Amino acid sequence: MAYDYAPFPYAAPPGLSAPEPRHPAVIVGAGPIGLAMAIDLAQHGVASVVLDDNNVVSVGSRAICWAKRTLEIFDRLGVGARMLDKGVTWKVGRLFHGSKAVYNFDLLPEEGHKYPAFINLQQYYVEQYLVERAQELPDLIDLRFLNKVTGHTDKGDHVVIDIETPDGAYQLEADYYIAAEGATSPTRKRMDLPFEGQTFEEHFLIVDVEMEKSPFETDSPERWFWFAPPFHPGQSALLHKQPDNIYRIDLQLGPETDPKTEATEAKVIPRIKAIVGDTPFRLDWMSVYKFRCAKLENFMHNRVLFVGDSAHVVSPFGARGGNGGIQDVDNLGWKLAAVLSGEAPDTLLDSYNTERTHGSAENILNSSRATNFMTPKSPIEALFRNEVLNLAETHPFARKLINSGRLSQPCSLHGLPLQSGDHPLVGQSLIDAPLGDGWLIEEAQGAFTLLIIGNEAAPATLGLRQLHITEPGPELARRYGNGCFLIRPDGHICAHFETPDTDQIATALARAKGQTQ
Amino acid sequence: MILEDNLGPQGDSIYTALMQAHEGLTEIESHALNARLVLMLINEVGDADRIMALLQVARTPTPAA
Repeated sequence: MAYDYAPFPYAAPPGLSAPEPRHPAVIVGAGPIGLAMAIDLAQHGVASVVLDDNNVVSVGSRAICWAKRTLEIFDRLGVGARMLDKGVTWKVGRLFHGSKAVYNFDLLPEEGHKYPAFINLQQYYVEQYLVERAQELPDLIDLRFLNKVTGHTDKGDHVVIDIETPDGAYQLEADYYIAAEGATSPTRKRMDLPFEGQTFEEHFLIVDVEMEKSPFETDSPERWFWFAPPFHPGQSALLHKQPDNIYRIDLQLGPETDPKTEATEAKVIPRIKAIVGDTPFRLDWMSVYKFRCAKLENFMHNRVLFVGDSAHVVSPFGARGGNGGIQDVDNLGWKLAAVLSGEAPDTLLDSYNTERTHGSAENILNSSRATNFMTPKSPIEALFRNEVLNLAETHPFARKLINSGRLSQPCSLHGLPLQSGDHPLVGQSLIDAPLGDGWLIEEAQGAFTLLIIGNEAAPATLGLRQLHITEPGPELARRYGNGCFLIRPDGHICAHFETPDTDQIATALARAKGQTQ
Repeated sequence: MILEDNLGPQGDSIYTALMQAHEGLTEIESHALNARLVLMLINEVGDADRIMALLQVARTPTPAA
């Protein structure tokens, strides 16, 4: 069944008839990043208005691979379980060269985590679930569809936003303006900000087909990637399963391609038949695209903050686009809430810029390398690539050099200013573990949390949630050892203590909140 | 002779550096660079038995895919 694109309701905004009070946050864009941003802020008590020029979810499946860390963040936002339930769980990537399987990797070889390595779920479902979650928070989230932002002016201590609706134009004022408009970000263009990086000349065709019979020969869905498959000579191909018996097929087309003629049924159907043979299928969606790896130098420009693809774009190999954007949201939500409430100085927002430009650079590095491996630019690059693939059939070392995408991992903030000390877990995001009937990620995210493992006495109150585990289960014991960990609201570990010393904890907490350097 | 992975997490950055070393070279220049590099790596390994073993493995044709 094709997805039912039901439009979201539009109502004439109050600002059309009388000026509205200044809003703490206005979010531009109701894609997965903008919606997640609104929910995150709401859960920290911050009201926001979300403006979108459209009134329907993403057309086409677009972002489909949601990583474990993203699901843990979505768990905190109230949609993780629903996504897991609907999504297709997978963890194995299998690589082929020609018709031979040369290598496979398991992205989560151990048990004891609430969420799997990856699920595949169409972006339209994710947006639908996020909209429905946002609608459960009507006092804190004001969703305004068919509200197109046409201009904005940073006044120093607030931003004035020009908006057009079917009923006319109006203005809003916001303490902070968050651009979550996707890769073409009109805000970025309006501000004339350089968006620099590498453009790849290769065209890729992405097709979603619905079919009853699975093209996978394995029992469970995996990520299958081919170099030079028999059905698509000389190029690469990628196959993923989505819910509703929809399969994503991604075919490299080379640089000399006319996107208009390629994105037609006449061209696409024979390409799909070459893969699936006589199996009946229905074309659900297709698109031909080129991509870039690029980012803004700064994600924060006074009162204007950029999140998601507005701030950075990557090639899709590695699933680092949507998953990177959700980590932006996770990083920014608690900080903006702390600044707006006066709990933290506004310089705390500088750490959003520092931490997420760092994360984004890591994503760009990995996705550029994968794309370069997949699309050799010269005969010598092609020669090396092909000999890596040939050697990989026999020699394990070469298998590790095959790069079909290094899949999204949470970024480490180790050594960056809000963190204290050099314990190896400092800077990492929480590693999940079973905890009683539930999970560590359910108990230790959303607010600063002191996790104490062992028999040490809990310290006097520090205005801090404490999670004291005297008898850790085997996974928790193995993953953390004994001691005391300070966990940020976004689930990153920012300090470790051998014993829970009140003064040391208070110092690390002040540092994590940007109250001291 | 090491045919298991010996590069760990540095594999991608080292491969990228190798590709960058070839950037902008003609095919003949690239072949020359490869020859120089192989000679230097042989000297780096510095053990005739290991070099002979490596030569033999490299000479074994891998089946075309």
